[in-house]
Amino acid sequence: MLKKLTSTSAVAALSLSVLAAGVQAGETVDAVMDKGYIQCGVNTSLAGFSNATGGEWAGLDVDLCRAVAAAMLGDSEAVRFTALTANQRFTALQSGEVDILSRNTTWTLTRDTALGLNFAGVNYYDGQGFMVRKDLGVSSAKELSGAAICVEPGTTTELNLADYFRAQGMEFEPVVIENTSEVTAAFFAGRCDVYTTDASGLASARNVSAENPADYMILPEIISKEPLGPAVRHGDDEFMDIVRWTLNAMIEAEEYGITSENVDDMRDNSSNPGVQRLLGTTPGLGEALGIDEDWAYNIISQVGNYGESYETNVTELLGLERGINALWTDGGLMYAQPVR
Amino acid sequence: MSPKHSKSNDVNPILTLLYDKTFRSVVYQILVFGGVFLLGWYLVGNTMANLESQNIATGFGFLEREAAFGISESVIAYSPESNYGRALLVGITNTLKVASIGIILATILGTLIGIATVSKNWLLRFIGVTYIETFRNIPVLLQLIFWYAIINRGLPNIRSALSPIEGVYLSNRGLYIPVMADHPAWTWVGAGFIVGIIGAIILRKWSLKRLEATGHIFPHLSVGLGIVVAVPFLVWLVFGAPTEMNVPAIQGFNFQGGARMSPEFTALLLGLTLYTTTYIAEVVRSGIQSVPHGQTEAATSLGLRSTWIMRLIVLPQALRVIIPPLTNQYLNLTKNSSLAVAIGYPDLVSVSNTTMNQTGQAVEGVAIFMTVYLSISLLVSFFMNWYNKRMSLVER
Repeated sequence: MLKKLTSTSAVAALSLSVLAAGVQAGETVDAVMDKGYIQCGVNTSLAGFSNATGGEWAGLDVDLCRAVAAAMLGDSEAVRFTALTANQRFTALQSGEVDILSRNTTWTLTRDTALGLNFAGVNYYDGQGFMVRKDLGVSSAKELSGAAICVEPGTTTELNLADYFRAQGMEFEPVVIENTSEVTAAFFAGRCDVYTTDASGLASARNVSAENPADYMILPEIISKEPLGPAVRHGDDEFMDIVRWTLNAMIEAEEYGITSENVDDMRDNSSNPGVQRLLGTTPGLGEALGIDEDWAYNIISQVGNYGESYETNVTELLGLERGINALWTDGGLMYAQPVR
Repeated sequence: MSPKHSKSNDVNPILTLLYDKTFRSVVYQILVFGGVFLLGWYLVGNTMANLESQNIATGFGFLEREAAFGISESVIAYSPESNYGRALLVGITNTLKVASIGIILATILGTLIGIATVSKNWLLRFIGVTYIETFRNIPVLLQLIFWYAIINRGLPNIRSALSPIEGVYLSNRGLYIPVMADHPAWTWVGAGFIVGIIGAIILRKWSLKRLEATGHIFPHLSVGLGIVVAVPFLVWLVFGAPTEMNVPAIQGFNFQGGARMSPEFTALLLGLTLYTTTYIAEVVRSGIQSVPHGQTEAATSLGLRSTWIMRLIVLPQALRVIIPPLTNQYLNLTKNSSLAVAIGYPDLVSVSNTTMNQTGQAVEGVAIFMTVYLSISLLVSFFMNWYNKRMSLVER
C-alpha cells in the first residue's frame, strides 16, 4: 500500500531528479565498483520473477541481478533491490535510481530508442494471454467482446490489448490498476471478467495468488510476442556488455552442463577448451570485460546456470515447462552468443 | 559655489544612489531575478544535455501520435485510435468531473453538518462532531482504498447484482440506473429548465425591489422553485409526455443501456466528498460562531423567526469569514483527486503516467499536468475571490 502511495509522487520526483542528478553515461561500472553493490529494479511482486518472501528476494529476474553482482563484485548478495511498478520503472532507470532494470520488461523498438534504454538480451520469451474464471463459460479470447479486463498501465500488454480488440472489432472496458498485487486482487474479487498479462504472469497469479487455482483457466490465444529482458541506460556500453555476457554465460553454462554442483570439478578437471575459457582456467575473457577472471565461475557457483534458475523459480513455483525457453539444442530459443 | 562644495557634490551622487531606497530595491530585484533565471537556465540546459546523452526523445510532438491504449470511462469521445493529446484531454475532463461534483456535494453536506455542530439539539451536535472527528483524522488515500475495497469485495458479483428497484442494479461493476430513452422532447425540457431558472432569478429581483419599496414580503423561494419545475413539466406535456425508458439489462458480460457510475468513480467521489466535507463543516461552524451572539439576540428581539435569523442575519455575516478558507478546501479537493491513480480512475495523473510510460517523455508529461492543475487552481481562486468581493460587507 505504501508503494502505491508513493507511485505518483515517485514519477514526478524521478523526472525532476533527471533535471538535477546528471546521469553520466558509461560510468555505471565505476560507480558500482565504488559503492560495492548493484541497485537492481525489480517487479513489486511477481512470483517466479521477483517476489520478496520472508524478506528474501527470489525469482528469475532477481537471479539475473545476483549473477551480475557475482560477476562484477564476486558476491551474489551485493545487490539492493528497488521494487518498481510498470509506470515507475523507466523513469527509475533513466534517472539513475537503479543501475539495471530486471523487471519482466518487453524489448520493443520504442523503448530501445526513444526511451533511452538498451536491452542486454532476453531471459524469458513470453507472450500475452488471457485468464478467466471457468464458470464464465468462455473458451476463446474471441468471445470476450464487452468484457471488463484488468490490466496494468504503462505496459505493452495495455497496448496489445487495445490492438487485439480493435483488430477483432470487439469492445472492452479496461480496468487499469497500477500495482501488480492490487490488479490481481481486483480480478479475483470479480471486478473484471478477464485478467491479461504475459502468460507467465497469468500462471504466477493463478498458481500463487488465487485461493483456488482450479477455478481459473488461461485461454489458448497468445496475442503477442513478449521477449522479456534486462535493460540498462543508453550510452552505458561497458555495463551493458557485462549484463549481456552474464546472461550469455548462464545459458552457455547450461549448454556445457556446468551447474552450481559440479562447477568446481569442471574448473579443475574439464579438458573442454570452451569450459576452460568460460571458467577462467584459460584467462582472457574477464580482462576483456574489465572484471575478474573468475566472473563466470562466481555466477555459476553462487547463482547457478540458466536452467537451474528456471527450474527453481519458474517450473517448481509456476508449473511452467521450458517450452520455447528451452536451449536451442533442445528446440527452444535460448541461444547464447559464443562466449569466447 | 566654492570648490569645496563642488567636491562634495562629486562624491555624494554615488552615496545617495547607494542609500536610495528605490535604487536599492531595483538592484536587489534584478539580482534575485537574474539568479533565478540563471538557475532555471542551467537546470533546463542540464536536463536537455542529459536527455540528449541518454537518447531520450523530447518535445511535444508525441501529443499528435496515436495513443493506442484504452481508457475505461470518458466524458468526451475517445478510442485507442485517438491521439495522446485527446487521451490527456480525457484525463482533464475526468478530473474536472469528479472535482466539480465533489465540490458541490461537499459544500451541501459540509454546510448541513457545520450547522448541526452548533445546533441546540444534542443528538445532531453529537452526530456532527463524531462524523467530523472520524473522517478528518483518517488519511484520504486510505479512505479511497477503503471505499474501493468495500465496493469490490462487499458488493455482489454482476450475475447476482442487487436490484432494490426494478431496473436499478448494484454490483461490484458499479451502479446502473435506467434513464429516459432518446426523444427530441428532452432537449426542449432542458431548455425549459433553463428558462425556468432565469424566470426564478427575475422573480427574485422583482420581489426584493418590491420588499424595499413597500415592505411586503413575497415568497420568491417557493414560487421560484415552482417555476423551475413547472416550465419543463409543461414542455414535457406539450411534446406528448414521452415515458419510454432505457433500462439496463445484462447482455454478455456487462449491463448494457442505462446510465452507470463505475466503482472507481464512486469510490473516489465518496472518499473525496466525505473527507472534504469535514473541513467545510468546520469552516462553516467557525463562520457561524464568528458572528457575535448579540446579533441573534437583537434579531430575536425584533421578532424574526429563527430560520430567518440564520438566513438574513447570521449567514450573510458568516459568509465573509467562510469564503476564503472554503476556497482552500475546493482547491484541496481538486488536487486530492489526483490520488485516483491508486484506485484506477482515469484522471489526469493516471492518464499522464501511462502516457509518460509509453512515450518515455516524463518531463513533458509532468509539465503538462502541473500546468493543468495550476490553471484549475487559479481559475477556482479567481472565481472565489470574485465571489468573496461580492459577498463582503459594504462599509458605509
